[in-house]
Amino acid sequence: MARGISDKVVILGMGCSRFGERWDCGPEDLMLEAFQEAVADAGIERDQLEAAWLGVFYDEQNVSKSALPLSMALRLPNIPVTRVENLCATGTEALRGAAYAVAAGACDFALAMGVEKLKDTGFGGLPERTKGTFEDLWQPGFTPPGAFAQLAAAYAARHGIPMDRLKKAMAHVSVKSHANAVTAEKAHLRKAITEQHVLEAPMIAYPLGTFDCCGVSDGAACAIVTTPEKARALGRRDAVAIKAMQLVPSNGVELSHSSWDGAHTPTTSEAARRAYAEAGVRNPRREISLMEVHDCFSITELVLMEDLGMSDSGKAPDDILDGRYDRDGRTPCQTDGGLKCFGHPVGASGLRMAYEVYTQLSGRAGTRQLASPSLGLTHNLGGIPNRNVASVSILGLLGL
Amino acid sequence: MAGITSLGCFLPRLRLARATIAEAMGWLGQGKARVKGEIATCNWDEDSLTLGVEAARIALAGAPSSDLDSLVFASTTAPFADHANGVILATALGLNTSLRVSDTGGSQRAGTSALAAALAAADRGTPCLVVASDQRLARPGSPQELQYGHGATAALVGGGAGLAEFVGAEHLAADFVDHYRESGASFDYALEDRWVREAGWNPLVSQTVGRLLGRLGLQAAQIDRVVLACPAATARGVLKATGLRAEALVPDRTGEFGDIGCGHPLLLLATALESAAAGEHVLVIGFGQGVDAILLRATGQGQAGGFGLAEAAAARREETHYTRFLSHQGLLPVEFGMRAERDNRTAQTVAWRKHEVVTGFTGGRCRQCGALQFPLSRVCVAPDCRETDTQEPLRLAELPARIKTFTEDWLAYSARPPLVYGNAQFEEGGNVFMEFTDFAPGEARVGGPVRFMFRIKDLDSRRGFRRYFWKAAPGLER
Repeated sequence: MARGISDKVVILGMGCSRFGERWDCGPEDLMLEAFQEAVADAGIERDQLEAAWLGVFYDEQNVSKSALPLSMALRLPNIPVTRVENLCATGTEALRGAAYAVAAGACDFALAMGVEKLKDTGFGGLPERTKGTFEDLWQPGFTPPGAFAQLAAAYAARHGIPMDRLKKAMAHVSVKSHANAVTAEKAHLRKAITEQHVLEAPMIAYPLGTFDCCGVSDGAACAIVTTPEKARALGRRDAVAIKAMQLVPSNGVELSHSSWDGAHTPTTSEAARRAYAEAGVRNPRREISLMEVHDCFSITELVLMEDLGMSDSGKAPDDILDGRYDRDGRTPCQTDGGLKCFGHPVGASGLRMAYEVYTQLSGRAGTRQLASPSLGLTHNLGGIPNRNVASVSILGLLGL
Repeated sequence: MAGITSLGCFLPRLRLARATIAEAMGWLGQGKARVKGEIATCNWDEDSLTLGVEAARIALAGAPSSDLDSLVFASTTAPFADHANGVILATALGLNTSLRVSDTGGSQRAGTSALAAALAAADRGTPCLVVASDQRLARPGSPQELQYGHGATAALVGGGAGLAEFVGAEHLAADFVDHYRESGASFDYALEDRWVREAGWNPLVSQTVGRLLGRLGLQAAQIDRVVLACPAATARGVLKATGLRAEALVPDRTGEFGDIGCGHPLLLLATALESAAAGEHVLVIGFGQGVDAILLRATGQGQAGGFGLAEAAAARREETHYTRFLSHQGLLPVEFGMRAERDNRTAQTVAWRKHEVVTGFTGGRCRQCGALQFPLSRVCVAPDCRETDTQEPLRLAELPARIKTFTEDWLAYSARPPLVYGNAQFEEGGNVFMEFTDFAPGEARVGGPVRFMFRIKDLDSRRGFRRYFWKAAPGLER
């Protein structure tokens, strides 16, 4: 068994654009906004970068395919750029590419950029796109809320939880994220809401209402990574290191096999198991200080608490309603508002999560700073419960 | 000996009350006297082909389809003018590809003419499935709008007596234009009822029936049941003109379903056979630019039913919106929003490669581990197996299944919001993520039974194409 990349790569700097309906910006502007912050934070020159990874999902929608959009937007010094795409795990894939290159010794300074310009469709929600020439012949014409709503029906049935109780717990997920986003300056939705707002909102896809769904936003986030040695040479005495990065795609079981219960994401459980092993985490409930998970919908965050091993099976609604994942709870979740409120520019989201954990671990989270966090977890769920890509990453402090 | 060995009738679940039509269109002054009853009407994803598939499934239930020699799809409203509708139907049914398949149409006699041809050929030992189906459109406000229902019937014709033995048939070709529809046109142009009755039905039917009875040496009084797919007033005149007994008339059922088109005579035949005793003579009349007169002798086996009529009555659900009915028939352009702009172009290369998987709803069962799976693929999906080339093709349409997950999606485009979809799980294992159909909001529940129905998956209005797949519809608790 390979040792993995734990503590072989550190984050030297990060940047994040303001998320939201950025009618004022194209994707190239968003990338530059994030990059300017990151390069200043890293304390290196643009021309010291040796390789870059660009994560973008809806290629036809915003920047088109290939390396060129990033290389040209930042006028990079003709370094190799690799464009990656892995559904909602795209941003994390960009970071994984850059981190692996540094861990392999292929380069000392690498850039991971994630960007998405979603608000050029002319309508709300995510763009309509083909699911594939064969898939279009038989798969339903689903939307993301409808595809994730499946979890709620199945979860309630499997655990024998009345839908109104489940809806209450889901509402708490959204109320908590809205409360957290109020102090996140770059977040898309920064207004506190009440449980009543959530429960009385118009139905989008049963049982998900408007406030059970995350924001559809424009934005970009990026990271500059290097080795611990280079960071030390730059005068750093402590850094945020990558402790684990694991990626688990479905292989068809959820789509075709009855072993899947429809109420959970087994890919997340497997990614978490591997990530905890890579990072040496034995008891995640005790050791993880904060989480940024893929709360595309309230029900997703709810089932993820169990899939990540943070709540017992069937107990996530109780834990959520008990406040375990609130800002002042045992394991704060979505301290910046998450996808729900910070926003969800698909290709940028994985890096935005890393940005919040990095900011918290660095003690620079201002009014929303947690008391001495040491390990933070990020999680993406790309695709839909029936076929998805789950990523779990763990970031932590490393003395240099 | 030849006969009808099996029958199937399928009516779409939705029923539109004539009063609902009259309420919307009565200001025109039309049809005030006829606002009783209702018509069976297609959901947005039904057409004459999907109705035909369902009728054929009922007729084929329990019958060995491998014995079939031919299939005829009769319709005046087939979805494709040049793209064999019968072949789509045969593929959906998973029938033998060596079958002789043909489409026929041309008049409201299409169903009875196909039946007569099949009965004549069955004497030579060539079993045939006749499917007669129509989804006739009517111009809003027209008398036809109150008359026309949608529905399909199917008859399995073979070398045994089965339900009814073939006694003989007589035909008449006569270019009598009671109504017509130009190729490519949407609506019929219909002539005056009284003329149609007195100059058409009365003389032409009596002439043909007279010839048939004369040849067979039978008296009109010996006919026990008569199928006449026409308004009651017309039927009374025909019986009188022909000398047939008034009590022999089979109720026309248009009050429940409307006139369902070229499948209607077979619908009434099924109705007759549900109560006909052994030895009763049943006369079936088809009318349209002439007459088909088919005489059958009931065996009494039809009294067991099973033709789908009870199920059609049980599945009934009222269509409460006249404008939604119009929209489903393509008669009212509705704003469905930008999401409806999605391009539904079909990759025909893929559709051909996967036609058995998609049209025939074919999954696989692994020889190695037994796991059932959809779609059929080369590598087994079971986590503990994943063997290659171990799957035997398996037709899934008839397997019992239940809802594992579902949603009612108000954001997704649907011609009948909400779009209901989810995971259907087969009782013997295996899972399909698919669209549901015919579920009203609030009707779906986890664990509820579903049955699979062949439906329109997407319409490609830019290219005049429609593609079909199977959907999970409400099933009966067993």
